[in-house]
Amino acid sequence: MNPHIDDEIVNILREEGIDLLCSVPCIMLAGVLKKVETTSIIHIPVTREEEGVGIAAGAALGGKRPALLMQNSGLGNSLNALLSLTKLYRLPLPLIISQRGGKGEKVLAQMPMGKATPNLLKASRIDYVRIKERDDLFKMRKMIHKAFANDRVTAILLLRKLWDETH
Amino acid sequence: MKRIEVIKVLSERDGLVICNLGFPSRELYAIKDSPSHFYMLGSMGMASSIGLGLALAQKKRVYTIDGDGSILMNLGSLTTIAHHAPQNYCLIIIDNKSYGSTGNQPTSTGQKTDLEKIARAAGITQVKTVESLEDLQQHLDLHRNELLVVIAKTDNSNADVPQVPLLPHFIKKRFMGEVMKPTL
Repeated sequence: MNPHIDDEIVNILREEGIDLLCSVPCIMLAGVLKKVETTSIIHIPVTREEEGVGIAAGAALGGKRPALLMQNSGLGNSLNALLSLTKLYRLPLPLIISQRGGKGEKVLAQMPMGKATPNLLKASRIDYVRIKERDDLFKMRKMIHKAFANDRVTAILLLRKLWDETH
Repeated sequence: MKRIEVIKVLSERDGLVICNLGFPSRELYAIKDSPSHFYMLGSMGMASSIGLGLALAQKKRVYTIDGDGSILMNLGSLTTIAHHAPQNYCLIIIDNKSYGSTGNQPTSTGQKTDLEKIARAAGITQVKTVESLEDLQQHLDLHRNELLVVIAKTDNSNADVPQVPLLPHFIKKRFMGEVMKPTL
């Protein structure tokens, strides 16, 4: 039997050496957030995604390997800091993003940012991958690796389908 | 008190400095350049958060030079600082009641807003408003080993100082070298 998808995601974070995680919750990420608390990763729930970008930048300056976990709506709340802080200073930061506003979305308000997210990432020249099934998770690993190997922002969009498979 | 005088006091202390963008960074650079300075060039509002991340990541004392306009952009940061409370963190909010780098437009701290009360209500226990350099020094010394938030009241003048002529990548590399240096 396959491990639960939440376990797989947290395992990838640990295996890729993530030691400080800032987060803003999303219902899709609830299981991941709960599991992170059982690891040695320093977990910092933040009040707004942009705040997480700032903390992650400071942590990277201090030698940590940070990541930011958020919903795609948070991309809009954090884009300026991602570009004029993280990207400007060439700091590493993988963004682990639950991608709302796609197929099966029940909340109308999620649709506009859902549609805009890939375009915002492209316009910001942030490399990203879309992960919709378990077999794609190796791409998440690669993107985290890329962030630290090249001192850049990368994004991993986790699609709803990823969880549907196991529930 | 002038902002540049407050910054001078901070520049003489032993520790890492995260400095807000615009005139604060320009003034710090003009007083003294050092590898232990991280000059922000963008991302207004992020100073207190960068400092928090840095304080949590390593053991050296971190001084963040923030401003009233900037902290008002990121008030949630005070709640996160209160919760994680790294004892090696000192956040100095220079309150000149205005957006000093954009033409001195007034902020709410010149009206009804009290940053000391906000910081206390966020859950930070050691918070002090200072109006003189002696008072500032005294509190930095007194609480040198604990989480401290200082609100330093200044006038809204800017010193006549040039832009910081350093590239962001250089600022970062040099700063990280300083962070990694073992303490004597």
